[in-house]
Amino acid sequence: MSVSENAPQPVVLPSRQSDSPLTKFIRGNRRPISALVFFVVLIACFTAANPRLFTNPQIYNAVFVSLPISIILVVPLVFIVTAGEIDLSFPSVVGICAWAFAAGTRANWNPFLCVAAALLVGVISGLVNGLLVTRVRLSSLVATLGMNFLLRGMIHIGNQGYGISVTQLRDTPFSNFFIGDINGFPVQMIWGTLFAAIGWLLFSRHRFGAQIAVIGDNRDSAKEMGINVERVKTMAYVYMGIAAAVAGVFSTLINSTFYPTTGDGYLLAVLAAVFVGGTPTWGGVGTVVGGVIGAFIVGFIETGIIASGLTGYYTQFFYGLIIILSLISHRFNQGRYRY
Amino acid sequence: MNESAIIKLENISKSFGNVSALANITMQVNDHEVLGLIGDNGAGKSTLIKIIAGVHAPDSGEILVRDQAQKKWDVNIARAHGIETVYQDRALAEQQTITRNIFMGRERGGFLGFLDLKKENEEANELMRSIGFTSRVFAADSQVFTLSGGERQGVAIARALYFKAKLIILDEPTTALSLTESEKVFHFVRQAKEGGASAVFISHNIYHTYDISDRFVVLDRGRVVLETDKTKITANELVKSLQDIARSGHAA
Repeated sequence: MSVSENAPQPVVLPSRQSDSPLTKFIRGNRRPISALVFFVVLIACFTAANPRLFTNPQIYNAVFVSLPISIILVVPLVFIVTAGEIDLSFPSVVGICAWAFAAGTRANWNPFLCVAAALLVGVISGLVNGLLVTRVRLSSLVATLGMNFLLRGMIHIGNQGYGISVTQLRDTPFSNFFIGDINGFPVQMIWGTLFAAIGWLLFSRHRFGAQIAVIGDNRDSAKEMGINVERVKTMAYVYMGIAAAVAGVFSTLINSTFYPTTGDGYLLAVLAAVFVGGTPTWGGVGTVVGGVIGAFIVGFIETGIIASGLTGYYTQFFYGLIIILSLISHRFNQGRYRY
Repeated sequence: MNESAIIKLENISKSFGNVSALANITMQVNDHEVLGLIGDNGAGKSTLIKIIAGVHAPDSGEILVRDQAQKKWDVNIARAHGIETVYQDRALAEQQTITRNIFMGRERGGFLGFLDLKKENEEANELMRSIGFTSRVFAADSQVFTLSGGERQGVAIARALYFKAKLIILDEPTTALSLTESEKVFHFVRQAKEGGASAVFISHNIYHTYDISDRFVVLDRGRVVLETDKTKITANELVKSLQDIARSGHAA
């Protein structure tokens, strides 16, 4: 058995021209498109059930008051899930950052200094999460679950159940700049969109996002190709911490109060938004745009159910049903890879 | 023997826990040569190439590049010296595009680390076409899991090729490839050598290794047991000495 010396001729291939740009776009964006279709169908159903309410812009503005908080939280969580990890601690990080912001405000600090304090706390929390996962090598599921309890516990110990009012910020230029409204449209929606746009750029057009996807896809290959897996993952957790700080500041401003439970309500809604948006659980692929659409879907479910004339007892049932239905719809997109 | 070595290992040892993978390995790869690295499963071949590639750090010993002792050694430093590795498992991220795999870890970052996707795609397309590892027309933005085994090997080799390697390490590059695809790999190795590069070639198929290599290093349980030139040994003699080494191992 010998290897032939006849060199095989390299085949020079024509470049691919068969696919139109539209086909390519649809194929490359199956997940967010499918989430968008699901959202449109959902709103259509709600509108059919209660046409008067769902053709009134007020209902949308009401949801848009707090929706940006979910949007801001879902973006970095897409990064973390794509990297093959999870973060369950972000609700408490939102809380502890909100505490920092509110405590600074109570001490009459400049509001921007208070925001900086919240960001600092967020970065430190993210760093701790990242180091627990990458350096101490704990499972991110368990480590961040532990951190969620730990940080919430610190909030409760420090505040003994009391909230901190920040009503002094109400109607200040600072407050109006971040959470004012333009003809009823909440300004925070613009900030949320901006945050998501930057997230999309980082995810799809930046080295950071490319390395996140590669790490979630094949960690060993990433290492063999010189990617610093530990550092990139830690950066993703720090990003999550920054988002939690921003979310905490918005939440405190919107409610004019820091509650010791601030952030708690976002755990399942934001997690659901990631997966409803089309980011799969196994890592390597994800979609920021899908995650944002997922946040819209989750954000409108409760309002829609109540508006459709059902009592609050039905909320959780339909909530679960809608999440499962949307995941089933994504199944059809993933037929070519991993059942 | 000390003619211009691209890389030289001196007394390299490496253990994983209690298991000694390599013990006092001294070897080198010279300019314009294909070095056949031979050894049974568990002989330490993979550990050795991962040390050369910078994936594993040796416990002791020295790595010299062009006679310069390296104080720090990792994947990025190795790659900066032109050492590229085509791994046995091909080290591809299957859900990513061909482009993203080729530029993995060395993304073409422009302003603030943002990617020049257009340029990356163009270059990847060009590269895949020139290698001709497929008879099928496909684009650089295809996901790797849609490719055949040979095409995937093409991507892994294209990645090594793109960055103008001076030393290419190929770990079992023909495993699970068809005859034609294997020939392409051999052709690629010869081409690289003609272009002035060197290669380390690892294969279970001794005849493949013999054909392609200029020199051989045989590993057995973490030690270099034989080092010889092609001019000094025939293929059959090489096989016989390998059988002797294996037998002595079983006797021990």
